[in-house]
Amino acid sequence: MNPFLIQIPLFPEQASSFAFEVDLFYLFLFALTGFFTVLIGVAAVYFLIKYRRRSRGEVPEQIEGHLKLEITWTVIPFVISMFIFAWGAKLYYQMYTPPTDALEIFVTGKQWMWRAQHPDGQREINELHVPLGRRVKLTMTSEDVIHSYFIPAFRTKTDVVPGRYTTSWFTPTKTGTYHLFCAEYCGTQHSGMIGKVIVMDYPDYQAWLRNVPRDKSPAEAGGQLFTSLACSNCHLENNTGRGPSLQNLFGKDVKLANGATVKADEAYLRESILNPGAKTVAGYTNDMPTFQGLVTEEQVAMIIQYIKSIGPRQGAAAPAAAVPATQGVGRPAAPQAAKPAAPQVEQQKQD
Amino acid sequence: MASEDIYKSEGRRNYLNAATTVKSWLLTLDHKRIGLLYLFAISFFFALGGIYATLIRLELVTPEGDLLTPEMYNRVFTMHGVTMIFFFLIPSIPAVLGNFCLPLMLGAKDVAFPRLNLMSWYIFMIGGSLMLYTMLSGGIDTGWTFYPPYSSIYSNSQVTIAGVSIFITGFSSILTGLNFMVTIHTMRAPGLTWFRLPLFVWAQYATALIMVLGTPVIAITVLALAFERTLQIGIFDPKLGGDPILFQHMFWFYSHPAVYIMILPSMGVISELIATMTRKRIFGYNFVAFSSLAIAVFGFLVWGHHMFTTSQSMYTGMIFSLISYAVAIPSAIKTFNWTATIYKGSVSFDTPMIYALAFLGLFTIGGMTGLFLAALGLDVHLQDTYFVVAHFHYVMVGSAVIGFLGGLHYWWPKITGRMYSEALGRISAIIIFVGFNLTFMPQFILGQLGMPRRYHAYPPEFQVLHVLSSAGASILAIGFIMPVFYLAWSLKYGEKAGANPWMATGLEWQTSSPPPTENFTYQPVVTHEAYEFEHVPEIKQAREAELQSAQIRMVEG
Repeated sequence: MNPFLIQIPLFPEQASSFAFEVDLFYLFLFALTGFFTVLIGVAAVYFLIKYRRRSRGEVPEQIEGHLKLEITWTVIPFVISMFIFAWGAKLYYQMYTPPTDALEIFVTGKQWMWRAQHPDGQREINELHVPLGRRVKLTMTSEDVIHSYFIPAFRTKTDVVPGRYTTSWFTPTKTGTYHLFCAEYCGTQHSGMIGKVIVMDYPDYQAWLRNVPRDKSPAEAGGQLFTSLACSNCHLENNTGRGPSLQNLFGKDVKLANGATVKADEAYLRESILNPGAKTVAGYTNDMPTFQGLVTEEQVAMIIQYIKSIGPRQGAAAPAAAVPATQGVGRPAAPQAAKPAAPQVEQQKQD
Repeated sequence: MASEDIYKSEGRRNYLNAATTVKSWLLTLDHKRIGLLYLFAISFFFALGGIYATLIRLELVTPEGDLLTPEMYNRVFTMHGVTMIFFFLIPSIPAVLGNFCLPLMLGAKDVAFPRLNLMSWYIFMIGGSLMLYTMLSGGIDTGWTFYPPYSSIYSNSQVTIAGVSIFITGFSSILTGLNFMVTIHTMRAPGLTWFRLPLFVWAQYATALIMVLGTPVIAITVLALAFERTLQIGIFDPKLGGDPILFQHMFWFYSHPAVYIMILPSMGVISELIATMTRKRIFGYNFVAFSSLAIAVFGFLVWGHHMFTTSQSMYTGMIFSLISYAVAIPSAIKTFNWTATIYKGSVSFDTPMIYALAFLGLFTIGGMTGLFLAALGLDVHLQDTYFVVAHFHYVMVGSAVIGFLGGLHYWWPKITGRMYSEALGRISAIIIFVGFNLTFMPQFILGQLGMPRRYHAYPPEFQVLHVLSSAGASILAIGFIMPVFYLAWSLKYGEKAGANPWMATGLEWQTSSPPPTENFTYQPVVTHEAYEFEHVPEIKQAREAELQSAQIRMVEG
């Protein structure tokens, strides 16, 4: 088919719970700015024609200015822009406040591919399978440079930064296959760092999960790393080792040697593995070597999953933590973490 | 009035024919000649940046990456950005038109520090030569934003030399800014109070403020990057213990105000053009003057709006969004005031006015689309897509370059003493306006559809819009090439301009064209407010001539 005959769409597909409002916001701004642009344009053209120069020696009557008019066109744009700000901030707050009951997928960016790991260990490259109507939270980091996880159909985008975890979340509302782009320039094959997001009905998603040959669950693999990297030599149970015990740690507050308190979340655990001296636990000196360069980001994530799995049981974790305590070791049905009622709730919102 | 002197001085010695040796140009301390030296230098870089742009648009005609290799494409778009921003846009209006006009507008013989002025040109040339060396020795592929850790550790290109080049070039900016500030403070002619200054001078002052305060930050930032790259000092790379987001904060702390280094002088030019071409004092002079300063100050407080998706804290994002809307207000005020100035004016449609109107249209669209990007929840979708590319081209090309071209056409008779072809001037301005919109309007739609920027190859559904954009770019190129020819033609064949061809106010029009080396043969004294057209002798003469011919007609009738 002649590509020039294809109709040009103006919006990507709306496939997440954010998409409709983002597009509505876009259209609102388009109408608003269009109105003012036309207003200025029409006024300018009218003045230009009406007051065109009629003789070389013409000197028009001078107008110094008009204070009331100046105040009017300062205050009106200000009030309008505050409204735009508020709507934008509200949407932004929703986009970057992940729910605590979401299905958690771990994403790693690496020049030039996207890797994803599902809660039970299923992995995929440059694809992301997600169930329809479930809240999905991505916890992301990069092995090398900065990337950005961009799904136009979901209207979500979050930079994937080496050295820290970033999160993105969404509720898919339409089955189908959508673009996944790297949006932050990352080197030679930046435009090749693309993939597909596949939204499936929940039963199809479960069937897909069963059919993917899976490794050990991240928590199991993390447990093995915990032993093979000799973490277990010092981090004994009941605080009897050289390092603090990691049992029942996740999500709790930790007292530090410098008197401060920090919540034992993913970012804290990650930092303590890669830079152990940064936040030493009260009562201990830092004898731990850094594991920087010895473990990949995926391995760090596995160890964190292991620490979570020996943490407080689900529900017992501090509810304030944005991150929920996840499934226990080797439990088969991954999306149990998502409340079964969630899909209906989301779909009602859509209707 | 000294108008008698002006006409006698025609054909006498001027700054161009005062000395003609190469040495007299390369060692000149005359601000007008230094302005021209800058004009040659930045025209070269504009042409170079334009060639890169052509390669980008040619590559993007097809979805596959077929014309250039990925390595090549990444270098081309990086060099396009670096060349255009650091070696064309930032120096364009201040260093060329500012250098030429500022002392003339103030009624001064030169800038406060003529030697420093020449030195800043040499520093610019050293920085520019290093950038050329960078290009010839392999180029850089980091994007003009130089984000680490890609730029500091992973890129196999000439990042360090490019950084040194930008570091050096920055000093030319700082020295120019310093020179202008001191000149405006100390060298105004008797009677030329602050609120009698042309608005171009106010804009230059605000720009100089940003140059002096902002440029050191980019210098430190690229230096830190070079240290990390060469000495493995961990500043930005997390593997070395650094923080990559820190770089973005430092980079945008300069680079956002740098947008105002490009746009503020352009706004100043537009104020001059609209006042002269409508023979009206700019509506709300004080509001326009202070909005320049407000933009310069607020411009330093909004850098975080480039980083809404980088994992900076949500509340930080909200504060930056809020302040970004605050900085939009003074820009809106200026636009309303320019439009109101036309009201009850005496509008001429000479070439500079066509450029001013093109500016008004393109700047409005550029500013309005900025409202989309400052809106947090919407920016998440639009960030790093072609929507951003289109938006900043509307601001940087549609406004800054158009302002530069408008100013160049406006002061060309003063600079050279000759008029160019009015018809060709108007046609090229219209071609640029049409070509520009055809190039960048489709890119707004591309961005909204999700096409990421800096992509060498792209999914086929985006092709139609990319082809439209490339077609527009070829029209735009014609519009940019035309002035080169008719302006060059005017040097030899153009009609003699006379001192005040536009019948403008302002001291620069009270001396001969081209002006003598010392600018004025007498000490100008200012007795009027800015833009009082009833006192312009050329207008008075024209009016008297019209009255006489009307009387003759009445007698005959």
